[in-house]
Amino acid sequence: MLELGQDEIAKYPFLADAGQYLKDKGFTLEQFGTDPDLKQLVDKAFDRIQVAANGKIYKSDLVEAQVSKEAALPREVFSFLLAIVLLKLSGMHTLIKRFSLAEARRAEKYLEKDLANISDESKKELAIRVIDDLFSVQVEKLDDYFVIPVSDYLKHSINFHEREWKLINRHVENGQVFLTPHETVRLIRKELGTYINSKIINAKTPAMISGFEDSVNKLVSLSKKFVTFTVTTGEYPPCIKHVIEVLEKGENLPHSGRFMLASFLLSKGQSVEQIAPLFKNAPDYNERVTLYQLNHLAGISGSGTKYTCPSCEKLKTQDLCFAIPECDNIINPLQFGKKRK
Amino acid sequence: MKETDIKFLEDSFKKYYFEHFDLISVPERTSEREFGYQKFNSGMIRHISIKNDKELHLLFMQNIPSDVYCSNAYYTFPNLPMNEKDWKEADLIFDIDAKDLNLSCRENHTVSICNECNEVSKNSEHCLKCNSIKIEKKSLPCKNCIDSSKTEVSKLSEVLIDDLAIAKENIYVYFSGNEGFHVYVYDSQFQQIGSRERSELTDYIMFNASIPETFGMKRFKPNRSSFPDFNEKGWRGRFSKHVFCSKSKRSKIISELIVNGYPAFQKTIDDVAEKIGVKIDPNVTMDIHRIFRLPGSINSKSGLTKIRCKNLTEFDPYIKASFLSDDSVEVFANCPIEFCLKNKKFGPYTNEKVTIPIFAAVYMICKKLATIA
Repeated sequence: MLELGQDEIAKYPFLADAGQYLKDKGFTLEQFGTDPDLKQLVDKAFDRIQVAANGKIYKSDLVEAQVSKEAALPREVFSFLLAIVLLKLSGMHTLIKRFSLAEARRAEKYLEKDLANISDESKKELAIRVIDDLFSVQVEKLDDYFVIPVSDYLKHSINFHEREWKLINRHVENGQVFLTPHETVRLIRKELGTYINSKIINAKTPAMISGFEDSVNKLVSLSKKFVTFTVTTGEYPPCIKHVIEVLEKGENLPHSGRFMLASFLLSKGQSVEQIAPLFKNAPDYNERVTLYQLNHLAGISGSGTKYTCPSCEKLKTQDLCFAIPECDNIINPLQFGKKRK
Repeated sequence: MKETDIKFLEDSFKKYYFEHFDLISVPERTSEREFGYQKFNSGMIRHISIKNDKELHLLFMQNIPSDVYCSNAYYTFPNLPMNEKDWKEADLIFDIDAKDLNLSCRENHTVSICNECNEVSKNSEHCLKCNSIKIEKKSLPCKNCIDSSKTEVSKLSEVLIDDLAIAKENIYVYFSGNEGFHVYVYDSQFQQIGSRERSELTDYIMFNASIPETFGMKRFKPNRSSFPDFNEKGWRGRFSKHVFCSKSKRSKIISELIVNGYPAFQKTIDDVAEKIGVKIDPNVTMDIHRIFRLPGSINSKSGLTKIRCKNLTEFDPYIKASFLSDDSVEVFANCPIEFCLKNKKFGPYTNEKVTIPIFAAVYMICKKLATIA
């Protein structure tokens, strides 16, 4: 466990042991529901969730000038801990997800600042240690950059869909990737969100605390705003249409194209028996092999893993993407034609 | 394949294995690897675990396999089904194959064999006799194929060593036994990365999916100073050497690139990628459960041996990887392409009975261009 100072807990409250923190400060959760001075903090916690739910980052009182103020720091931590209590009491997973992501982005700002702040050695070290402890990424400072091993970089960058994050679009030298403080922190955003999310999910749900009911009820109705319905047009995306055309003409389709088509149709609910005849025209068609491979993809034989359709980015590099305007920034062909209502 | 041909190939392979056990040894950390083999006209038998050379040689003698394979991955239980093996890590492997290099010479030495009427025609998309599209292509790679593959191996080594800090002594190059090379990388920082990460790594090595910004070009108000320098490391350096040709031309070419604009720059990148990107088979590198032809074993697509190339420049597979007997045998050959093995020229043969050395007969029978008379 990292040793943290008061201002560090305020910046990275998810690193604190919540129960222990309250105990150390001499409070119980019940007091927050009854004591009028402390109750303000429950409202503050509610605000913190509401801001997150709307996709914004909670603006804290932690403006540089105020950091020294003894009172501001614990308030900051309390509002985070109470927000978790409220979320647990409401049981609304969509809100927990949104809250985790927003908190991750908030912490990201501080991490970035701490990394860039080279005049203060200890701050830089904390940021580097947080990244190493939580995400096993070994960051080293090299001139104006932060460098991390290519293998560590890849483990995180594969979660990004933008081309700028591909290794080819990075400065790579000597087995290491060169990043700015901003990029270093951005690299672990998703994992930071996942980390905070799992901490909340794994936290114990307390019994309803008197004085918390109002806020909890408001959260339940707030979460209804985020329920979405999707409708699908049912039309195939251009990449799928293209490979079907190739097969119909009896031309040879590379393995990657066959994989895409089969995994796409399986995900859309078609059976192996429905899909197999599509490959009949292939010059090297062999019924036994086709069925074996389809069953394998469907998870019926072999390891039992169900394969899913490759991402648009992957298909681009395999020359299988024929994007049209209707693709509209989807990241997987399976999303084609889906509209939120 | 006909029974007589299989019998002949099995006898020839068996003799090689018996006489050349010195060339076949188990890889390091043997008991953590998965082995597999195929017999002629039969499916793959895999999920085998082997302890030492003795067990491996026994497998060869008992089964007379057409092909033998071993995993680059290390498992706790290599003989269990895939999802119970407990994958630990895997060596990095790259496959460079002449057929993936878009070489113009391919046309001259590729034949199409009809699966329906067995007609052998010059490279074509359908059978010239019965018009069937169920054809199988066979190529007899020429010197240009091998040299071009070697160039890719050198390009790959440069990226591995300079960009990815892989120690030269941890890179092993093998002739695949047919049309290309397998490059193994041991003890790198990449041992434990999974399939998706390996796929990203292949995009890097192949120079796939790069964007103009990486090379200094912006959509709006591009800045001359962000373009790569001639001596830069990594892809920016290789890009500038290829595009600018010389230091003195750099400035002039940057001006041209800026004038031509952003979309044209993307086109330039794509053209450059085709030339300087390393042409590896991405599917091989990203597969972390694959079994690979075992070094020292024969490739049944050619009868040549998969063998380590310590000196790549001088390596000639048609001399160094052909280990079969010089004794004579009579075959019916229908091989429209001339080829050279052990410094001797053979073919072309048009449906004729010829007496040739066993090593040449095996080569043609493996390519389905001859049968035992």
